[in-house]
Amino acid sequence: MAVTKLFGASVKRREDPRLITGRGNFTDHIRLPGTLFMALKRSPHAHARIVRVDVSKARAMPGVVAVYTGQDLVDKLAPVPCAWLIPNSDLKVPSYRALAVDKVRYVGDAVAAVVAENRYVAEDALEAIDVEYEVLPAIVDQEQATQDGAPQLYDDVPNNIAFHWKLHAGDFDSAWNQAEVKLSRRLINHRLIPTAMEPRGALAHYNPGTGDLTIWCTSQNPHVHRLLLSAVTGIPETRIRVIATDVGGGFGSKIPMYSGEMLASAISRDLGRPIKWFESRRENYVATTHGRDHIQYVDLAATREGKVTGIRVKSYANLGAYLSTASPGVPTWLFGLMLCGAYAIPAVHVDVFGVVTNTTPTDAYRGAGRPEATYLLERMMDLLARELGMDPADIRRKNFVPKEQFPYTTATGLQYDSGNYEATLDRALELVNYQQLRREQEELRAQGRYLGIGFSTYVEVCGLAPSAAAGAMGFQGGLWESATVRVHPSGKVSVFTGSNPHGQGEETTFAQIVADELGISIDDVEIVHGDTEMIPFGMGTYGSRSLAVGGTAVIMATRKVKEKATKIAAHLLEVAPEDVTFENGRFFVKGAPDRAKTFQEVAGAAYLAWSMPEGVTPGLEETHFHDPINNTFPFGCHICVAEVDADTGKVSFRKYVAVDDVGNVVNPMIVDGQVHGGIAQGLAQAVYEYAAYDENGQLLTATLMDYAVPKASMLPRFDVDRTVTPTPVNPMGAKGAGETGTIASTPAVANAIIDALSPFGIDHLDIPLTPERIWRAVQERRG
Amino acid sequence: MQITVKVNGVAHTHDVEPRMLLVHFLRDVLNLTGTHIGCDTSQCGACTVLMNGKAVKSCTVFAVQADGAEITTIEGLARDGQLHPVQEGFWEMHGLQCGYCTPGMIMTAVDLLQRIPNPTEEQIRHYLEGNLCRCTGYQNIVRAVQYAAEKMRA
Repeated sequence: MAVTKLFGASVKRREDPRLITGRGNFTDHIRLPGTLFMALKRSPHAHARIVRVDVSKARAMPGVVAVYTGQDLVDKLAPVPCAWLIPNSDLKVPSYRALAVDKVRYVGDAVAAVVAENRYVAEDALEAIDVEYEVLPAIVDQEQATQDGAPQLYDDVPNNIAFHWKLHAGDFDSAWNQAEVKLSRRLINHRLIPTAMEPRGALAHYNPGTGDLTIWCTSQNPHVHRLLLSAVTGIPETRIRVIATDVGGGFGSKIPMYSGEMLASAISRDLGRPIKWFESRRENYVATTHGRDHIQYVDLAATREGKVTGIRVKSYANLGAYLSTASPGVPTWLFGLMLCGAYAIPAVHVDVFGVVTNTTPTDAYRGAGRPEATYLLERMMDLLARELGMDPADIRRKNFVPKEQFPYTTATGLQYDSGNYEATLDRALELVNYQQLRREQEELRAQGRYLGIGFSTYVEVCGLAPSAAAGAMGFQGGLWESATVRVHPSGKVSVFTGSNPHGQGEETTFAQIVADELGISIDDVEIVHGDTEMIPFGMGTYGSRSLAVGGTAVIMATRKVKEKATKIAAHLLEVAPEDVTFENGRFFVKGAPDRAKTFQEVAGAAYLAWSMPEGVTPGLEETHFHDPINNTFPFGCHICVAEVDADTGKVSFRKYVAVDDVGNVVNPMIVDGQVHGGIAQGLAQAVYEYAAYDENGQLLTATLMDYAVPKASMLPRFDVDRTVTPTPVNPMGAKGAGETGTIASTPAVANAIIDALSPFGIDHLDIPLTPERIWRAVQERRG
Repeated sequence: MQITVKVNGVAHTHDVEPRMLLVHFLRDVLNLTGTHIGCDTSQCGACTVLMNGKAVKSCTVFAVQADGAEITTIEGLARDGQLHPVQEGFWEMHGLQCGYCTPGMIMTAVDLLQRIPNPTEEQIRHYLEGNLCRCTGYQNIVRAVQYAAEKMRA
């Protein structure tokens, strides 16, 4: 596509005026007369048998309209669905009731729902519900959960193993047997809490007269939620409307189907009244999905020259107490397929055990599987460099897939679309002034100061596709996206997209690409998203897919519009369509630019339809469902420079450089913002955030007081730069930028800190590298 | 209890329960939903408003404590159709993504610039510690505040 005036421009966001004036359309802002508030009674125990639920006192309280227990809803609501049924893994999907019936399996498992005149009364009534529990031993650690004699969550999930997934590509055994260098490590990729600033919630309104259910909810994928709500409530899809216009962040946590939305819908139908439910932050922390949580055993085989010849991983993935919507796919496909990273590794053996424990269910969290793979690889590359006395930059360079080899098929079977990995490394080295930095590191060490330089040369997968691959992976959906481009008689354009941005800015970027395609003002383009009644169908926004997949659907639909408009213009100009050129919003006769019709004139003519070409119907509107031919693979190099105070364990960040390659960029300002936010989350995993449970399954970090979401003062400034290697997968050449920062930054930061600590003989510490952890490690070495 | 609170220049008199939080009064009684709720422990700052000119977290103030006070919410910040320089800064510098923390972040920044008209980056980052943003990594929020500071000094 020709790069025209808006593609590549930092256009200010069109969503901002409403958001900076307090006029966003977030779920909790919607008011309907007669609304009742629903609150959920949640289990304080990680594992217990429900002996008795006495709701009589709560029911009798003034202002309480109804109280439901699990038993009351067994026939009215099917279990919470799991939609990623990975094949060949002996997958077991235990029943996950919106309200627990016989047992509770994590702190936060819901046991009863109160519906009352307002939130204050509903919360009071929760206190009046008396639940008798028979407390059972709990299991939190996923590795221990697989041992004989560990507490069992389900009778039919022996050793708590919900699946065993394997991907054995290449001949690892002979690589290992012949390896000159063998490295083995146990790595922990700990549990995180996504913490979108807007908690989850819903307002469900069932109209008993029409049988329609309208639900406003905090969703990254409204159509998927409509389909799943239909499946669990039995209300036909045609009778459900899901609306999620402004969503206050998601990071994966607003993809799954949850009990709250299901209960609000079922109870609204039961009572014929609108039901509002909105999480408190504490509820969000115990009952909205968590992310990561792997224990990984890694064996790396290499030559003495530093060439990696094979990698073997056995990972225990903590799924939590139940299988959330996409949970089986995240620690398997999204992790295992990416274990070659940016390197030409011929043999990869992965075994993943998905384990149920008495913890909050886990699912996608920004990066979803790829950060787990990238951290593992980038940490191992540093260990290999250390083992061989090589520079960490050199060991990476030695193993990179060379740029001449793209498209490149990995041992795991992915086809990397395009890449130039060395270019990002070179640029990042230049930006940090690497040689000078290493000299300074030496000088500081002589003064007893510990500076570290950490690398991450990552590659990731975005815009998961095609749908046939989704099917082969057991994902119960397609991975295409839809768009409808409706040109109104005035020539103004409404674009209906199945993507559902919640901070990513597609109301702006999609309008940029449509305005370019049609040669009209961006002010004449409206992007509509987040309403199932207005959009054909949408798979939603996650996995950095909106531009690469949703944006391509928009372009293709726009091109269909142009094609039809060209026919109409040709008819009006009394020439053949081949003789018409379309440029800058004008259709004109080739060689006679004065004989022209504007886009607006043609739009008007399409609706007047007084004189249409033969076989062309009135109106100007097209829909396109785009199923990409492949994924896209952004890549880059992040370098973190940090200083560690060996006496206190405190880390201070000196410099952070990110050189990413996300292909062509529609709006650099927005991509920079995505990268900043992504780095912040990944850096936080390396040094701050940690979802901690005690051995009884109590979440110790259940509030924002205890869980260390970084504050402005805890983060450095990020220097962001890019190289551009377009993808051939879509007409824009754009790859996706939503997760690069999160995927890249955790290992860059960890590697910097461990590099700083190398004079103490430390070559690995598990993240998060808190002052305490660092201080203890240093003390141990100092003796 | 009957209270009278002046919100964005308009006096409102209502009967409220003594336990009602100011943020619920603003959102549910006055329908000013621009003030958001992001936590239950006064950490996130999404609910920040100005009370008698100073930033407060409205989830930590009872509505009855605001009796007789003047409150400015995000809805009252723009005057005569003109954005406040801080609002303008957030738009110009891409200081927001999902927009959920934004109203509180803007109100705190307004308070900051009233106290320190020419803050350093460190002072800005320190002052915003009571407001959490999960999307931006704060970098462009800092730039937004710097933009506003410059504009307000001009």
